[in-house]
Amino acid sequence: MPGIGTVYRWELFKLRYQKRTYLGLGASVIVPILFVVAIHLHHQHGRGDFAFSDYLDRSGLAVPLVILLFGAVWLFPLITALVAGDIFASEDHNGTLKTILTRSLERWQLFVGKALAASTYAVAAILLCGTVAVVAGSIQSGFNSLQSLSGTVVSAPKALELVYVSLIVYLIPIAAIVCIGLLLSAVTRNSAAAVVGTLMVSLLIQLLGILPGLGGLAPYLLSTQFNAWQGLLRTPIDWTPIVRAIWVCALYGAPSLGAAFLVFLRRDVAGG
Amino acid sequence: MTDGPAGRADGASATGPAAADPPPVQVRGLVKRYGELTAVAGVDLTVRTGDVYGYLGPNGAGKTTSLRMMLGLIRPTEGSVRLFGRDPMHGVRALEGVAGFVEAPTFYPYLSARRNLELLAAYDGGDAGDRIDGALQTVELSDRQRDRVGGFSHGMRQRLGIAAALLRAPRLLLLDEPATGLDPAGMRDMRLLIRRLAGQGMTVLLSSHLLNEVEDVCNRVAIVRAGRIVYEGEIAALKRGAGARYRLQTTDDDRALAVCGAQPGVSDVSVDHGRISFVADEAAVAELSQALIESGALITAMAPQTVTLEDLFFSFTEGDGVPAAAAEPRTAPEAAI
Repeated sequence: MPGIGTVYRWELFKLRYQKRTYLGLGASVIVPILFVVAIHLHHQHGRGDFAFSDYLDRSGLAVPLVILLFGAVWLFPLITALVAGDIFASEDHNGTLKTILTRSLERWQLFVGKALAASTYAVAAILLCGTVAVVAGSIQSGFNSLQSLSGTVVSAPKALELVYVSLIVYLIPIAAIVCIGLLLSAVTRNSAAAVVGTLMVSLLIQLLGILPGLGGLAPYLLSTQFNAWQGLLRTPIDWTPIVRAIWVCALYGAPSLGAAFLVFLRRDVAGG
Repeated sequence: MTDGPAGRADGASATGPAAADPPPVQVRGLVKRYGELTAVAGVDLTVRTGDVYGYLGPNGAGKTTSLRMMLGLIRPTEGSVRLFGRDPMHGVRALEGVAGFVEAPTFYPYLSARRNLELLAAYDGGDAGDRIDGALQTVELSDRQRDRVGGFSHGMRQRLGIAAALLRAPRLLLLDEPATGLDPAGMRDMRLLIRRLAGQGMTVLLSSHLLNEVEDVCNRVAIVRAGRIVYEGEIAALKRGAGARYRLQTTDDDRALAVCGAQPGVSDVSVDHGRISFVADEAAVAELSQALIESGALITAMAPQTVTLEDLFFSFTEGDGVPAAAAEPRTAPEAAI
């Protein structure tokens, strides 16, 4: 009998034929390469006052971490939204919802399969970006040890391990963005509105964090959770931001996912 | 309202022949409201096993909305739909043995026809995948199966829609205006295809406003007007109930008019464009012929005028819904006798 796995496999298959997939994955490849090219062209010390900035010329393993830092502003939310915001809305756009809803799959199975496919794409994009950044950074600056945020030196293999664990921690707020994208996709039934809307939600949350007088909100903003991975780069590891990221992101993601689920389950398919 | 032996008018209760199995489609009191707008206003209909059932109505009459509710795509505000006794709002199991499409059939434009069918077969499960080649052959799209659907014409998409439905090996096909937008050859092919499928034992419900198409392929119809069924029954019964109209020309029309007016079984006698027009059944026409000869008004021409489904449809759906017997039917080629 068909089930969630069937939907998941076909959703991934369909992603292979859509331009937005390659836009997102292409950005995941090109951005780190451009970043490394920029480092190469502007070879200097003391690039700025942000984490790992001084290490960009000394270790390629600093490159993925700096990209994680700046990618949180719009790059990764946009890449994530490209598919999450489209995955239900494109069915409305193509008019195919009525086609698949009259087969032998329940609506909840379609929802779960699609949500898993959107999540898989987001995971692939982040890991791809991180891997390209590691490779390109290592070619440019070498596969060298890294200084942690606490000032201790971390060997290159250990730093590589921390980079990938950081990428995994980074997926926590990304998962919340996926959920918001799914909700807007199900509600707006319009791909462009859902993609832009997801990005706008992400940017507005960041804006809240810099508004005067709202500093107390910062630990509970989704944008702050994009920095939770920095806890891994301290000695000893600071788990507090990571644990907070888990429950704060759940507060953003779970209601969005639940609402998207109910909207998809109960909606009348009067158009697509 | 006309109420033929196998028909009913104005939403009166329909009762089919007694059967142990629930009918393929049974709709009772179906209502769909969107705020102030009532799209479907209490539809009752029954599609029996083996029917090729036409669901007729002008644009905006509620046909597509009714079909969406039958397929479980939208929730009825009131009333019930049962497909083989199952409620389509209670999960996709109710759609076992059921297939079809509403409005134009839709597919992923960036995938080939075959990939689309493979996806749908995977979503159907079972041995649906084994039927892909046969379905493509049935709709004569085998040679275009590798082409992207985005490049297909409307007619090809309609045929692919039928192929997608056939993957489910349906006992009931629900088709929403399957021939709309097709060129004459496409319409003919679609009619032939539906006839062939019906011949294989499939029950078919098709909505349409192409009355020739319905008259050609359907045995029963429901006529919907402003969201309500105004007639449901057999087309033949509907036409019988409307009575046959004749035009008459004699050697003495004044005398013939008097004879017609006095003849039992002859009704609605009038003079139209200089010719006598009346409604009668075949037995009454035979007796009238004898009476005219006896009166000395010899017949020079008498021609039946065919009552088409179109005449009946308009009589139900336009103006005050006066039934077909009073409608002026389309004139058939006149035959002198």
